[in-house]
Amino acid sequence: MGTTATYPGEDHRHRGPGYRQRSVFDAANLGQTVRWLLLLIGGILMIMPIMYMISTSLKWPHEIYDLALIPNEPHLENYWFVLEDGRFFRWFVNSIVIAAATTLSNVLFDSLVGYTLCKFRFPGRYLVFIAILSTLMIPTEMLVIPWYLMSQSFGWLDTHWGIMFPGLMTAFGTFLMKQFFETVPDDFIEAARIDGLNELEIWWRIAMPLVRPALAALAIFVFLGNWTAFIWPLIVTNSVEMYTLPVGLSSFGDEADVQWELIMTGAAISTLPTLVVFLIFQRFIIRGVVMAGLKG
Amino acid sequence: MYRNLTIQQKKIVWAWAFLALPVIFYLVIRFYPTANAMLISFQSWNLLGDRTWAGIENYARLWNDPVFWQVFRNTFVYLIIGTPVSLVLAFVIAYHLDKLAFMHGFLRVLYFLPFMTTAVAMAWVWRWFYQPIPIGFFNNTLGSFGLPQIEFLRSTTLALPAILAPAVWAGLGFQVIIFMAGLRAIPRSYYEAARIDGVSDWTVLWEITLPLLRPTIVFIVVFSSIGFLRIFDHVFNMTTGDPGGPLNSTKPLVLMIYQTAFADFNMGYAAAQTVVLFLVLLGVSLLQLRILQDR
Repeated sequence: MGTTATYPGEDHRHRGPGYRQRSVFDAANLGQTVRWLLLLIGGILMIMPIMYMISTSLKWPHEIYDLALIPNEPHLENYWFVLEDGRFFRWFVNSIVIAAATTLSNVLFDSLVGYTLCKFRFPGRYLVFIAILSTLMIPTEMLVIPWYLMSQSFGWLDTHWGIMFPGLMTAFGTFLMKQFFETVPDDFIEAARIDGLNELEIWWRIAMPLVRPALAALAIFVFLGNWTAFIWPLIVTNSVEMYTLPVGLSSFGDEADVQWELIMTGAAISTLPTLVVFLIFQRFIIRGVVMAGLKG
Repeated sequence: MYRNLTIQQKKIVWAWAFLALPVIFYLVIRFYPTANAMLISFQSWNLLGDRTWAGIENYARLWNDPVFWQVFRNTFVYLIIGTPVSLVLAFVIAYHLDKLAFMHGFLRVLYFLPFMTTAVAMAWVWRWFYQPIPIGFFNNTLGSFGLPQIEFLRSTTLALPAILAPAVWAGLGFQVIIFMAGLRAIPRSYYEAARIDGVSDWTVLWEITLPLLRPTIVFIVVFSSIGFLRIFDHVFNMTTGDPGGPLNSTKPLVLMIYQTAFADFNMGYAAAQTVVLFLVLLGVSLLQLRILQDR
C-alpha cells in the first residue's frame, strides 16, 4: 500500500449489480437487507458488554440484578462516590501522565531514529537497523525480571519513571516511521540543505510535517498501549498512590467483597476516555490503525 | 574541527548524534536485559540470598514439573481455539461488511469499539456476566428461561473458554479492520472479469478473494497467535483470589512466570520460563510463516 491506499469507508466500491445504492428495503435487495440486519445484530452484541458496564455504573445497588439495560432511576452518585474516594482520581492522573509522556517520547525518538535510518548513509547503519529489528522478537515478559532488578538497584521501583522507562522507544514505532519517511522526497531534504538548514532543522521543520498522519497513528497506538498496559505497572508499583488505572482496578481482588455497581463505575472511568476519543476521531483512528497494522 | 569535515563526513556525525541516545536505550533497556534474563535462567536466586550457578537445573526442574506441562497445554489451548475462532469470525464480518454501503461507517464503529477498551476493566465486566445467580448476567438470563445454571469461572473445563471469550471479543475489531483493508487492496478488475465469465460468488470467494488475501491472513494469524500465547491480563483479572483457575485449569505461561518471579521470588526458575516463552513464540511464528507463505 502506498500513499494512495484506500481505507475502509472511503471510496466505497459497488462490486456488482446488487450493490447499487437503492433503498435497503427494495425487494430485489432482500439479500442485502438480511446481511445488514445480521451485521447490525452482531454489532449490537459486540457493544453489549460496554453498554452493560455503563448501565450498571448508573444503577443503584438494588438494581444491579435487574437485566434491564436502561436503569429505572439513572444517577451519577456512583461516579461522585468513586472520585471522592480519591484513589481513582490519583490512578487516573498517573495513567494520563505515563501514557502522555511515553507517547511524546515515542513520537520524538522513534521518528528521529526512523528518519536517520531512512535518509542517512553512514557506517553502522545496517547494524543499527538489524539490532533494533531484532528486539521485535523479544517478548516483554522476558525482560520484566531484569527490568525489575534494574529498577531495584537504581531506586526506580514505585515511581512514574519506573513505570514508563521500558516503553520510551519502540522498535515497532521506529519501523513505522522509517516506512513513512520513505515517502518524503530526497529532493526536499537536499533543497533545505542548500538553503542552509542544519540536519536537525531539516528533520523537524521539513520531514516531520510531511509525515503527520503517521505520527498521529503512532501516537494513538502508543497512548492506547500504555493506557491499558498491565503487567509491568503491576510489577513495578507497590503503593496504592502509584497504581495506574488497570492496576488499581485489579487490586479490588475477590468478587465476594465487591460492590459491582462501583466496580463497573471504575471500569467505565478507565474505559470511557479512550472510547470518547475514538468516537470523535473515529475515521481518522481507524485509518491510523490500518496504516500501523500494515506498515509496522 | 567540524568545519573542516566534508559534507559526507558531517552527515555521518549528524547521524550518530541522532542515534546516540536511542542506541544507549536499546543497549541498556533491551539487549542487556535479554542477555541478563538468559543468564539468570542458569542461576539459582530468590532475590535476597546469594546468586549461585545452577547449570541447567532450572530447565530440568521445568521438564519435571507437572504444573508446567499443564500450563504449557493451557497456553496452546488458548492459541488453538483463539486464533482460528477470531480469524473466521473476523473474516466473515469483514467480508459481509465490505459489501455493504448502508450505514457502513456506523457498523464498523460497533465492531471496532471493543478494541479501544482496557482489558482489566472489561475482565471485570465479563466476570460479572459469569457470576452465579443472583448476580451474573448469563446465569440470570438462563434462569429466566428456566435453564440450568452454568459455573463458568469455577468449572475446570469451562473456565478457560470463558476467559478466552473476552480476549477474542477485544481483538476482533482490529482483525476486521485489517481484513477490510486487505479486501479493498484486491484489484476490482478481477471481480469484473469473474462476473463477465458468470462465476458464482462462492467460487469468486475461494478462487480470487482468499488466495489474494494471503498476506493479510498471514499477518493476522501470526499477530493474533502471539497475542494468545502471551495472554495474561484477562486470566489474572478473572480468577483473582485463585489466580490460574481451579486446579490451574486456566493458567497460561505468562501467569506462571509472574507468580514464580513476583510471588515466590524464584528468579532463576522464572527466567527459565521466560526463555521457554521466547522460544515458543519464535518457533510458532516461524512455523506459521513457513506454512502459510509458500504453499
